[in-house]
Amino acid sequence: MNRTLIVRSIGPAAAVQDLGRTGFMSAGLTRGGASDPAALHEGAALLGQRLSCAVLEMAGIGGVFEATSDIRIALTGAVMDATIDGATVQWNASHLLSACSVLKIGAARRGNFGYLHVGGGFATPSYLGTQGCHMSAGLGLLIAEGDILPVGSDASTDTGFYVVPEQRLDGGKICFVRSMQSDKFEDSTMTRFTKTEFRRDPRGNRQGIRMDFDGEGFQSGGQLNIVSEVTIAGDIQITGDGTPFVLMHECQTTGGYPRIGTILPCDLNKISQAPIGSSLKFELVTLEEGAAIQARASAVLSGLTKSIKPLIRDVTTIQDLLSYQLISGAISAKNDPLDEG
Amino acid sequence: MMTEKFETQETWPQIKTVGLAGVIVTFSGVLSEPANRAAIAFLAGVRAAEWEEVEESNSTLVSTFLKMDLSVHRPEPIIERLQNLVDSRDWLAAPLPSGRTLWRVPTLFGTDRAPQLAEAAELAGQTIEQAITDLSTTSMRVLTIGFAPGQPYLGTLPDYWNIPRQTKITPNVPAGSLVTAVRQFCLFPYATPTGWRHVGATSFLSFRPKSERPFPLSPGDEMIFDPVTEVEFLKIESSDQSGNGGAQTEMLK
Repeated sequence: MNRTLIVRSIGPAAAVQDLGRTGFMSAGLTRGGASDPAALHEGAALLGQRLSCAVLEMAGIGGVFEATSDIRIALTGAVMDATIDGATVQWNASHLLSACSVLKIGAARRGNFGYLHVGGGFATPSYLGTQGCHMSAGLGLLIAEGDILPVGSDASTDTGFYVVPEQRLDGGKICFVRSMQSDKFEDSTMTRFTKTEFRRDPRGNRQGIRMDFDGEGFQSGGQLNIVSEVTIAGDIQITGDGTPFVLMHECQTTGGYPRIGTILPCDLNKISQAPIGSSLKFELVTLEEGAAIQARASAVLSGLTKSIKPLIRDVTTIQDLLSYQLISGAISAKNDPLDEG
Repeated sequence: MMTEKFETQETWPQIKTVGLAGVIVTFSGVLSEPANRAAIAFLAGVRAAEWEEVEESNSTLVSTFLKMDLSVHRPEPIIERLQNLVDSRDWLAAPLPSGRTLWRVPTLFGTDRAPQLAEAAELAGQTIEQAITDLSTTSMRVLTIGFAPGQPYLGTLPDYWNIPRQTKITPNVPAGSLVTAVRQFCLFPYATPTGWRHVGATSFLSFRPKSERPFPLSPGDEMIFDPVTEVEFLKIESSDQSGNGGAQTEMLK
């Protein structure tokens, strides 16, 4: 039997993603990849597979999927309501999606980008060496209703694990470091920037997200005289009218607006997932502090495989309760067979 | 125009960290031919050194950037090595790389396919005929590849082509569009909004994702935009689907 997932319905901006493509910066192509890379680490840990396995990224809204054979799945990132054949299944966990079963994933309740991982990863075509869709460069396609997504072969059958994700779905404190153009900004502007409460503006895409705020802008001295220079994901770019835009994973490789600083990669996930209108505050840390914070976050992600835990099954979520032997035999209150499920 | 203060106080080249993503060596605060040449030559020097912490590297208009994870590697050792490399020779006097290509790209200037030629000519104080001569006979160097995949920034035109970007953005110019501002050209790989003025149409695509050579251009290459008639242009458009747009190439010494 072919291992595929049939897409019965899908939100407007779902695409196959991975950690993006490296090595093309000198050709004008930024890395791209999943908006919340931490979610990819979590899914890989839950399914006990390679981090490079391609996943389905769902922006805001999930979809309805039918398996053509038994497929292990994991759900991470923005929290969405999910059911398998009508029974609620837990987010940030791995489950078995049996052949002919239907997985329904609803709208995001917290965060923006939810991820569906499959055992073996999606076996979709590669573009320039990897499967991740790079929308701005026109590499890869959005997923549409009726698509049949091939799934790679899977050596494991383990499911029923959960992971406690790092907090990143509600905005909050965002750490950044000074970057190559920070000294073009007055100290007073930098101080004001770190004291301002920003809101995630609805204006944003995979290239950049606008930060909304009240009060004066954050222009630099030589604002209009800067030679176009390297841009990287996480850069906080100040446009002509003094508005900050955070550059995201599909940003251009160069840009002519000055950057006041650069957000740590671990905190860029918070910008990706911050709901519209949520509060964001930028905290300036030294390069040394930033490196330490990022190193700790990377260590947490690489240690996830060890921190996953078996799901404790909840009676209300067991799909075929009637098939369990609940009354016959000796059942000890201290040794409930349901706990072993 | 950098302010006088900046120009006189700053010394070049400068080595700085870029977030936690790497280190950049900048050869000038303004775009100049020697600084661009230095950035391209310095990139070759960095690549030849094969420092293991460097994940990838590129040159921009006036800088060389080394991508490396500064949460894993401290910047000081690489900055010291970069300073030694900077001091090892006069990079502003470095020659262009070898193996460069000259591209001659058939181009339709003006008409409704490139509707801002007249406006751009007027800003440069030229007649349309003079403008076409300037734009089509100046050999334009690929200063850097960037912004969009494969997209060249090309320079430089004579002084009087130092025309500003538009204050209003043109919502959409098609793939292959030749646009100009600040003595430079950009040649867009796909349809895009732009603040630069649209002066020429080509069928040359600088990003060919399905080709064996997806990014045909390299920094240091030269491009000449040969004028063709509308009839010739339509013929090229309908006969060359490769993305090459009828371009001819020769190797430069």
